[in-house]
Amino acid sequence: MNPTLSVQHLSIEYQARRGRVQAIRNVSFDVNKGEAVALIGESGSGKTTLGLGIVQLLPGTAKITQGKAIYHRNGHAIDTLALKGKALREFRWKECAMVFQSALNSLNPVLRIADQFSDTAKAHGYLQGRALADRARDLLSLVRLDPDRVWKSFPHELSGGMRQRVLIALGLLLEPQLLILDEPTTALDILTQRNIMDVLKELRQKLDFSLIFISHDLSLAAELADRVATVYAGKIVEMADVQTTFREPKHPYTIGLINAVPTLKGTREELTSIPGSPPDLIELPTGCKFHPRCPLADAQCKQNEPELEPISPGHQVACWHWKLARESLNKFKA
Amino acid sequence: MAEILRLEHLTRTFQVKRQTIKAVDDVSLSIQEGEILCLVGESGCGKTTTGKMIAGLLPPSTGRIIFRGKEITTLRGIDRKQYRLGVQMIHQDVYASLNPVHTIYDIIAAPLRHHGFASSEAATQKRVRELLETVDLTPPDDFLDKYPHQLSGGQRQRVSVARALTVNPSFIIADEAVSMVDVSIRISLLKTMSKLKEAMGLSVLFITHDLALAKYFAWEGRIGVMYLGRLVELAPAHQLVENPQHPYTQVLLSAIPEADPEVTRRKKHIQLRSMDIPSLLRLPSGCAFHPRCPAFIGPVCEQVVPELRPKDGAMVACHLATRHSSLTT
Amino acid sequence: MQRLIDTLTRTWRETVKTFKLLSRNKMGMFGFLMTLTIILLSFVGPIIWPPEQSANVADINQGISAKHWLGTDFQGQDNLRKVINGGKDIVTVAFLTGVLATFFGVIIGSFSAFVGGSVDSLLMELVNIWLTIPKFPLLAVTATVVKLNDPVTLSLLIAFLDWPSLARQVRSQVLSLKKRDYIEAATMLDLGTRNIILSELLPNMMSFIMISMIGIMTFAIYQQTSLVFLGIVPYSSANWGVMISAAERRGVLFNQQAMWSILAPMGAIVLFQLALVSFARSLDEVFNPRLRTTV
Repeated sequence: MNPTLSVQHLSIEYQARRGRVQAIRNVSFDVNKGEAVALIGESGSGKTTLGLGIVQLLPGTAKITQGKAIYHRNGHAIDTLALKGKALREFRWKECAMVFQSALNSLNPVLRIADQFSDTAKAHGYLQGRALADRARDLLSLVRLDPDRVWKSFPHELSGGMRQRVLIALGLLLEPQLLILDEPTTALDILTQRNIMDVLKELRQKLDFSLIFISHDLSLAAELADRVATVYAGKIVEMADVQTTFREPKHPYTIGLINAVPTLKGTREELTSIPGSPPDLIELPTGCKFHPRCPLADAQCKQNEPELEPISPGHQVACWHWKLARESLNKFKA
Repeated sequence: MAEILRLEHLTRTFQVKRQTIKAVDDVSLSIQEGEILCLVGESGCGKTTTGKMIAGLLPPSTGRIIFRGKEITTLRGIDRKQYRLGVQMIHQDVYASLNPVHTIYDIIAAPLRHHGFASSEAATQKRVRELLETVDLTPPDDFLDKYPHQLSGGQRQRVSVARALTVNPSFIIADEAVSMVDVSIRISLLKTMSKLKEAMGLSVLFITHDLALAKYFAWEGRIGVMYLGRLVELAPAHQLVENPQHPYTQVLLSAIPEADPEVTRRKKHIQLRSMDIPSLLRLPSGCAFHPRCPAFIGPVCEQVVPELRPKDGAMVACHLATRHSSLTT
Repeated sequence: MQRLIDTLTRTWRETVKTFKLLSRNKMGMFGFLMTLTIILLSFVGPIIWPPEQSANVADINQGISAKHWLGTDFQGQDNLRKVINGGKDIVTVAFLTGVLATFFGVIIGSFSAFVGGSVDSLLMELVNIWLTIPKFPLLAVTATVVKLNDPVTLSLLIAFLDWPSLARQVRSQVLSLKKRDYIEAATMLDLGTRNIILSELLPNMMSFIMISMIGIMTFAIYQQTSLVFLGIVPYSSANWGVMISAAERRGVLFNQQAMWSILAPMGAIVLFQLALVSFARSLDEVFNPRLRTTV
């Protein structure tokens, strides 16, 4: 079966004052039907650019220099990066919905929630009147909002978590196959975050859509994702199912990242940071972009950048020394 | 151990559109020399306001802050100076905490010059280099002439720590000090702070919304949990995480996802009675947590504000948790 | 003594650095040098090329030539020489107004922001009322009442009309800067109010203050020349406003050959303003390290 979305050799650049920012470099990955893929990485890793690129919402200074994003539905394949005008608008709502980090402010402040729904529906020739209201109310209940209370409210009358859930409901209105969430819970309190995560899990069970979510928070990926892609310096450096990512990570960066995050369970574990700082995307290091911070780096790493290669079924790593990767942890600790 | 700081019934109100809100309500606690205390809570719980009052940036509405046995508003002369320089704060926002127009050297040199901690420019330079090395910004010469915007978030935060150390403080308030720093380098910043704490015998008030981080950093210290302006539980860190007493603490701990797929997916989440977060403008009567509390036991929760009482080595403000202990004491 | 030397070397280093930064911006350097040239020409020029005392009937309303680079006026006097001699008042009033209005604006604006409360509300209410009054008619009327013989009085008057908008902007800047974490940090480090204002707050507002000052200066040039042009300020001396006025009255509009008599002073005004504005634009880079590409 075809994947819902297949991103192929995507590269995106920005023009900044200081020079060219290579935000995404030759990235390929698939999202299968009904699957949740997490893109994890630190600020400046390019993960948000990747999300924006797929739906062509990049700012004017950015340019897609190569690549495709093939979207499959009912046996048809379309390259979403080649879409323009009306076709692109239709794709954005009917096929693929997105809720971005800044989305907390992306509801129109002068429209009631009811009008936000009917405007969206009208713009895409979707249901109207009673039928729309029924569908919207069902969705609001699904995201655990009280439709009677929310329906006639203005956005400012709702809390951050409620607005986030309205946006998710609004995104799902036109029954898209793919939902992209960028840092869906970052600005929210713990209890609200828990609520949104539970809502998402429930939605995925009831409505069969694929999910790409972008986060710096490993625990979110651990809880929600089926597969995890680790993004570093504009490239996916490791991709595996969630169990493998957390149990058997092979890239020194993934290993370092997992060992940098404290957990609540058990006594105090020994944690380590990765030395150095995330790279400057304008002046990228030569060879493997992680080599200046990597304890396993040698001459080869400084010269040649490893590509993402399969090492076992469903597990891909971009590292020359992935077989030794476990050692890197001890070296981080030293 | 001697006590360095004590808060007595500390309360702070703000006027918002002619209404009064209580950002901090009747908080009392004591911190020893060399101790780590974490204040944990969600946004709006009053943890930052408490920090600012201790730092002397905000006067309390009522209640007292006692530093080394003396109430801070009564301090004069040398005592005032000892308090003023003795308590320093590390801010959350790594982009706003350093003046963008000054070089790193000038930022650290300014307090040294102003307070005469260095007798000459040569001595100032030597001390600035020492301080940069103390916070693991090495070699220091790479940083002296840089401007804040040329450093990474983690490096800026280290400069903030070095700047606080110029005046030889004894008490550091770290307000979400690592939450804007990249995940991969947070731990090393915390390790630097722990190292300094040990070396200099500093007391640390660590304010965070991240319980896992609090547990990691304050393992040998205590954690206080705040909810809507009040301290609801205060206990040794490991005890609070392993055996929470207050329903709010229990809910929080159960809600946090873990960076381990097996653990986090098996975790039991305690459901709240209501998802609505009460507004500080209309605080619920009695225990402010009662409308959401899964352990709600009836009218007493709606009518009586629970006091912080001892329970199995912890301090808990909950009618249910302290029912038996309050009967016996 | 050691401290004094330390401070002096630091100041000198800062000055050198500032100049280096300025020299990196071509437009800024042009503006700076041009401003300097105009000031120099206006003050030193008249000594070298004093005004012509008599009319020169043979050369009335000439176009440009090798002898008269900017042509001659209705009296046959050289336009370039008149422009050089007519700059002093304009330049003086522009700078004096700029400095005075900025001084009042910064002092009152930051005072209002620092004191806050009812004093702040009252001051800002006054400023708002002041801002609604049409300035130029008021200036024109006042100028007929007050004797405006010297540039200092005129500067004071224009400055008095111009400070409020700056005061309001300074106030909001100080209010926002006051809440910055680094100001809180400076408070906790007990660096002293004076020090905090001078070395933490002001440097962050410097480019804004300088740019506002230059804005006021260009505004003052307009107001001044307009007053002279309308004949409200007496013809006490030759200046660019007087030249424009005189040229207009002597029928430049009807006599094409006399065009240069009006273009010369206009060009001087435009050049002066262009110099000031390009200088101002480069200041942002000098005062804001984030905008420098490398240091």
